[in-house]
Amino acid sequence: MTHGSRIRVPGLARVEGEGGLEIVTSDGRVTEARLDIYEPPRFFEGLLRGRAYTEPPDITARICGICPVAYQMSACAAIEDACGVTVPGSIRALRRLLYCGEWIESHALHVYLLHAPDFLGYESGIHLARDHPEIVGRGLRLKRAGNRLMEVVGGRSVHPVNVRVGGFYRAPDPAALRGLADELAWARQAALDTVDWVAGFDFPDYEVDYEYVSLRDPAGYPVMGERIVSSRGLDIGVSEYDQHFTEFQVPHSTALHSVLDGDRTYLVGPMARYSLSSGALPDVAASAARAAGLGATCANPFRSIIVRSVELVYACDEALRLIEGYQPPVPPAIGVPPAAATGYGCTEAPRGLLYHRYRLTADGTISDAQIVPPTSQNQRAIEADLRAFAQARLHLPLDRLTWECEQAVRSYDPCISCATHFLDLRVSAT
Amino acid sequence: MRLVIGVGNPDRGDDAAGLAVARAVRDAAPRSVSVQELDGDQLKLLDAWDGADEVYVVDAVYSGGRPGVTYRFDASRPLGASFRQRGTHTFSLAEVIELGRALGRLPARLSGYGIEGAAFALGAGLSPEAEAAVRVVAGQILGELSGGD
Repeated sequence: MTHGSRIRVPGLARVEGEGGLEIVTSDGRVTEARLDIYEPPRFFEGLLRGRAYTEPPDITARICGICPVAYQMSACAAIEDACGVTVPGSIRALRRLLYCGEWIESHALHVYLLHAPDFLGYESGIHLARDHPEIVGRGLRLKRAGNRLMEVVGGRSVHPVNVRVGGFYRAPDPAALRGLADELAWARQAALDTVDWVAGFDFPDYEVDYEYVSLRDPAGYPVMGERIVSSRGLDIGVSEYDQHFTEFQVPHSTALHSVLDGDRTYLVGPMARYSLSSGALPDVAASAARAAGLGATCANPFRSIIVRSVELVYACDEALRLIEGYQPPVPPAIGVPPAAATGYGCTEAPRGLLYHRYRLTADGTISDAQIVPPTSQNQRAIEADLRAFAQARLHLPLDRLTWECEQAVRSYDPCISCATHFLDLRVSAT
Repeated sequence: MRLVIGVGNPDRGDDAAGLAVARAVRDAAPRSVSVQELDGDQLKLLDAWDGADEVYVVDAVYSGGRPGVTYRFDASRPLGASFRQRGTHTFSLAEVIELGRALGRLPARLSGYGIEGAAFALGAGLSPEAEAAVRVVAGQILGELSGGD
């Protein structure tokens, strides 16, 4: 690297959506590190105004093809909160089961096709598949197990159609769910093998003192819950989110950045969930984590691939547990009469905390909506990491530095929504 | 088994071009031909064409070309890098084909069609250019299917 250079990756490969990164150096110092996000999902908030309170689960699911269930679950939680309704345990369990399907398909995709190629020196998942078809085949079968679960519970795997405010349109047939058990048992073992596989990767020696933020979930490892906690003592109800988290615009990103209590950068996602709730993992996942060398917390973003794999184990195991205890909710949805109120909902998308807030009029019309996705919240942490990470590697050749910085970004599994897969690197001196 | 697969998002303008071709083919194809529509997740193609001998896959592309232009490729040969960048989804059609080739999961005969889209706005319908291209591609596929019947 020469002094006074600019690294630009206008289109990041192997991330969900359209974004790039830019690192500017001057006299051997990194002066700027930016995650450029130019895909704008946030117009959904404006689009929701004037719509009926029953519509957000279907409308917001369209924000992302990878994590539509997260949008549906946070939307339902917020609207039910506004209307003063609490769904019974059987519906909550079914929602959790649907969510397990999404975690499985999303994590399997990221671990095998988006992230693992970085550690093994492959340009893409396709190149990895050419040398290791049995490994990529295992990842695709894992993903399919998640997709299948989403189809049976949600009606289809991309943008499920069975979710409604108050519950589900139809309770899945118990026999159809039991029919998934064998494949999910295979998937749990495949996930354990995945943990073992990724634990053998070489990881850069790089740790960050993150403030982690996730839900605390009375049902166990955080998927849904009413309290938001952090590793530095935050412990608030979901309805207090706006009092502690502030979104603001930066020129280089169409996604808002977010800070905690004025100026604190924080991290959401698998590493946050694990670090705050590893004690809530069932034995099968906890012992896999220990065998993979994870402690009670994880501070190396590159090792997030291990955490994601441990969460794969958890999601498969949890799905099996929920299927075993499944009783179809009767009725499949409860009535949710509209109320003139504001409601708040948070759930744990595969990539972390997803916040929804809706203000409703008495007839159920949405007068205001706010959606804060996990990648928005992680942008500041990603940029802070990029600055420190690149600074320590400025001696590397440009192509190597660029590749390592891209890999650093992919560690967070940013979901910028929809997709682009080109890489056009330009370098210019300042 | 002969199979036609349309890929796309029905609610994002010209992204639905592949789905529109699938529907047009379904209405007119011989009954022995299977037709599937896939929404978004291109990796499902690997399962969708499992067991089929002759497959046609149609997807929208956005490569900066003239809207309504159609591309066709034969998957018996590895596809060039330029094709791989033209998809509108997480994995482009060409990427999934190459993944299938790497995994030994390609049908014996696989033809891919791409329709260059003009606009992909939420909630929009097909552009006139894409509509015209849908008729062209559907006609080509139907011609080949009837020729083999």
